[in-house]
Amino acid sequence: MPAENRTTAEPFLWLLFSAGGVVAALALPVLLVLFGVAIPLGWVDAPDYPHMLALLRNPLTRLGLLAVCALTLVHAAHRLRFTVEHALRLRRHDGIIATACYGGALAGIAAAAYLLFAAI
Amino acid sequence: MISPLEARYYRRRVPLLWWARRRSYLTFMLRELSSVFVALFVAELLFLVGAVAAGPSAYARFLDTMANPAMIVLNVIALAFLLMHAVTFANLTPRAMVVRVRGRKVPSRAVLAGVYLGWLVVTVFLAWLVVS
Repeated sequence: MPAENRTTAEPFLWLLFSAGGVVAALALPVLLVLFGVAIPLGWVDAPDYPHMLALLRNPLTRLGLLAVCALTLVHAAHRLRFTVEHALRLRRHDGIIATACYGGALAGIAAAAYLLFAAI
Repeated sequence: MISPLEARYYRRRVPLLWWARRRSYLTFMLRELSSVFVALFVAELLFLVGAVAAGPSAYARFLDTMANPAMIVLNVIALAFLLMHAVTFANLTPRAMVVRVRGRKVPSRAVLAGVYLGWLVVTVFLAWLVVS
């Protein structure tokens, strides 16, 4: 088969990378400021347990948070794959690195789905 | 003069840490490294969901862990990377897509203003959701 007719998953992965990048940029900084800095330092009172439970049991929150986790993890996996390959010049090991990165993302998505739809 | 055969097999040697040699390359690498911190923070969010699922005492332990000084330092570093990601990604938008209104191209400054306004709206909404 000629190389130019080969179908690959790359365009689809770049689409997910881009979508995940937008979601990560929009949604993650505020959550990190809250849970990582402002609440631990006492600038903002921690939300009480019933509020958190009600929030996370809301179907819209579950779906939204799962989408955020899935897209940002695929984004991070895709970017990390090329960062490792370029930074350490390991392009020849693309198969292993890509498997590890996307495999890790899929494991994270599975964990998110379990936590949001079965555990809570 | 080198022979065509030699030229064909010539490979320029690239040092292993090629990106450490020039500031712009280093910035590029740091920006790409933001992906590690995106994944790290998603893991923290999943720990939060797991703690809330496990009950009030697990949630309290999660808050204690997040208040550990080492954790706060790590999260401040992660925040710097996440903001770098957010700003560089937002600034790419006018180059990545051309917005047209009635056949006229919207100036990239207006597109950028829209992106940052959207960011603000999402930020305020999520903060309200968590804190209120």
